[in-house]
Amino acid sequence: MSTLLEVRDLRVQFAVRRRGILGPKSYLRAVDDVSFTVATGETMAIVGESGSGKTTAALAIARLVNAAGGSVSLEGEELLDLKGEDLRRLRSKVQFIFQDPYSALDPRRRAEALVREPLDALTDKSPEAKQQIVAELFAAAGLHPEQHRLFPHQFSGGQRQRIGIARALATRPKLVICDEPVSALDVAVQAQILNLLRRLQAEYGLTYLFISHDLGVVQHMSDHVAVMYMGRIVEYADRIGLFNRPQHPYTAALLSAVPDIDRLNQSQRERILIPGDPPDPVNLPKGCRFANRCPIARDICSAREPALTEIAAGHSAACHFPGELVLRSHHQPSSGTA
Amino acid sequence: MSLLRVRNLRIELRTRDGVAPVIDDVSFDLAGGEAISLVGESGCGKSMTALGVMGLLPQQVGRIASGSVQFDGEELVGASERRMREIRGNEISMIFQEPMTSLNPVYTVGEQIAEVLRTHQGLSRTAAWNAAGDLLDAVRIPNARSRLSDYPFQMSGGQRQRVMIAIALACRPKILIADEPTTALDVTVQAQIFDLLRDLRRETGTSIILITHDMGAVAEMADRMIVMYAGRTAEVGPVDALIRHPRHPYTRGLISCVPHIQIPLTEAREDLTEVGGVVPSLSEFGADACLFASRCAHRTAECDSGRPGTVSFGPDHTADCWHAEAL
Repeated sequence: MSTLLEVRDLRVQFAVRRRGILGPKSYLRAVDDVSFTVATGETMAIVGESGSGKTTAALAIARLVNAAGGSVSLEGEELLDLKGEDLRRLRSKVQFIFQDPYSALDPRRRAEALVREPLDALTDKSPEAKQQIVAELFAAAGLHPEQHRLFPHQFSGGQRQRIGIARALATRPKLVICDEPVSALDVAVQAQILNLLRRLQAEYGLTYLFISHDLGVVQHMSDHVAVMYMGRIVEYADRIGLFNRPQHPYTAALLSAVPDIDRLNQSQRERILIPGDPPDPVNLPKGCRFANRCPIARDICSAREPALTEIAAGHSAACHFPGELVLRSHHQPSSGTA
Repeated sequence: MSLLRVRNLRIELRTRDGVAPVIDDVSFDLAGGEAISLVGESGCGKSMTALGVMGLLPQQVGRIASGSVQFDGEELVGASERRMREIRGNEISMIFQEPMTSLNPVYTVGEQIAEVLRTHQGLSRTAAWNAAGDLLDAVRIPNARSRLSDYPFQMSGGQRQRVMIAIALACRPKILIADEPTTALDVTVQAQIFDLLRDLRRETGTSIILITHDMGAVAEMADRMIVMYAGRTAEVGPVDALIRHPRHPYTRGLISCVPHIQIPLTEAREDLTEVGGVVPSLSEFGADACLFASRCAHRTAECDSGRPGTVSFGPDHTADCWHAEAL
C-alpha cells in the first residue's frame, strides 16, 4: 500500500509561565519528535493516556495548532508551511471527527446546513450538487431524510456523532482524523458508531488516524498502533504484534490494566503495577520519561533516553530493555529480541 | 439478614409532561461485606436508585412514591432529615464520578477529611487532623502527612479520587456507594483505584455498590450485578452466571456491544453486535409493556402487551423478559 501521510520529527510546544505573567517562560513539549506513517486505506491508531500528546499531534497534523518543528506530508506535499488558499485546499483533504458531539455542532444550525457547511466553505460546487451530496451523506451515515431540517438538540448523542461523521466526509477527504469518536457516547451506542466507521471505511476507501485511550476500541479498529507517553511514541507496531507481543513496559502495563470481562483470564493475568504519576512535563527527567514508574528500570534508564528502535520487522519500541517485561497471559514471548 | 433491603422502590420525578416513574418497582438486597454492581446505560436509573437510598433526591422534583429501603433493619423511607444526616457519611457514604467537582477547591484536602470526622465522630481539631493523615496514608498517597495541606488543584485526578475515598471511608461506613468512580480516570489509574477499593473492602468489611456501564469493571469488582433498564431491573444475579449466560437481551447487548481486549489477538474482526436505538425518554417510562422491546431482536407481540414478569433461574438469578427461558 502507498504511503498517504508521513510525519517526521513533529514537535509542538506551548509556552508556560509558572510564576506569574512576568515570570520566566518555559516550554512544555506536548509532542516531542514524533514520527510515523499512515498507508492509504488503513487505520492508524494513536493510543495513550490523558496528557500524552495524542490529540495535540493530531491537531498539528490538521494544522489546527502550530507545530514548532518537523514535517508532515500528505501524498508528498508538505503541509506545515501551507498558507492562504493552499491551506484552505488542505482543509478539504484532512477532516476531523471530534470527541464531543454535543459541543462540536452549532446549536443554531439545522442538520443539513451543518453537513453542507464544509462544502460551502471549501468547494465551489453548485447548490444542486451540494444538495445531492448532503442527501447521500445522510443515508450513508444512517440518518433519515426527514431529519434534514432538525436542530442538533433534537438528536441523541449517537445521532449527533453521525452528523459529525457525515460532515467530516462531505469534502471526500483523503485523511479523516477521529479524535476519541465514541468516548462521549453510551456503551450501546458506541458499537453503532464503530460499526458505521468501519463500514464507511470499506465503502469509501477512507484512511483513518484514530485517537483513543480505550485499548479495546483500538484493538477493534486499528491496523497499526502507536503508543504515546509524555509526548513521545514509545512503541509502534501492527495490531497483532502490539497486542500479542508488547515490547515496551508501558504498553504491557496499559494492557494489563484493562478490566477483563472473563474472570478466568483475569485470575491468570498478572497486573503490572505502575505506581505514581507521570513526571512534570515542563521539567522532564534526563533519561527515559517512564523510568520513575517502570517496574524494570535500571541505572541506564535514568541516565540516557532510549530512542525508538526497530526490534522486529515493523515493530519498534523506545526502551533499553524491550520485551523484558512479558505479560504472563501472553504465551508467546517475543521472538525478535535479544 | 441483608444489610440493605430495597423492596418495590418507586421514585417519581416531576417533569414538564407530568410525573414519570424513573425507578419503577425495583427490589434488591445487599449483604454485609458484599460488592454488587448496578449496570446500565445513562438514563436507566442507576444513580437515581443510589440517591433514593441516600435520601438525596432533588427536592421538589423527585420523591420516593412507594416501596421500602431498610438499612440494618431500619426503614429509611420517611426517616427524618436529621436521622438521614446521621446516616449519610457515617453509615452509608458515596463517591462520585468527577473527583474534580466533588472536592471544595478553597479548602485543603486535610480540612475536608477532618471535617467529616469532627461532624460525625466529634473528634477535636488535632485528633481529626491526625486521623486525616492516617486516612490519606490508607488510600496510599505518598507522604500523606505533608500532603494534608495541599489544595485539590495540586493533586492529580487519581489522587483526588483517593481523597474522595478517604473522606467516604473516614467514619468506617457499612456501605460505600461508588457512582462511576473511574470514568474520568485513565486506565492505569482506574486499575489502581479498583485495587484500592478491593483491599479496603477486605480490610474493613465495607459493602460496596458500584455504579457503572462497564461490564469489565463489574467483572473486576462485583460479586453480583443488577442490570437496570429504563428504571426497572432487567436482570439480577451472580456476575459469573450473567456473563456466561445472560438471560435478558439487554444484558447480552451490554456485554457484546463493547470490543473487549482479546488475548491472544487473532486476525478475525467481526462487526460488533449493535443494540439499535436509545434508552426511551422519561415520558415512556412506566408503560405497561417491555420498555426494551423497541431495541430488541427477539420482540414479539407479547412484549408490547404487558410488562414482563420476573423469571427465576436458580436461587439468586432472575430476569424480567418474556423470552428469558428461550434465550
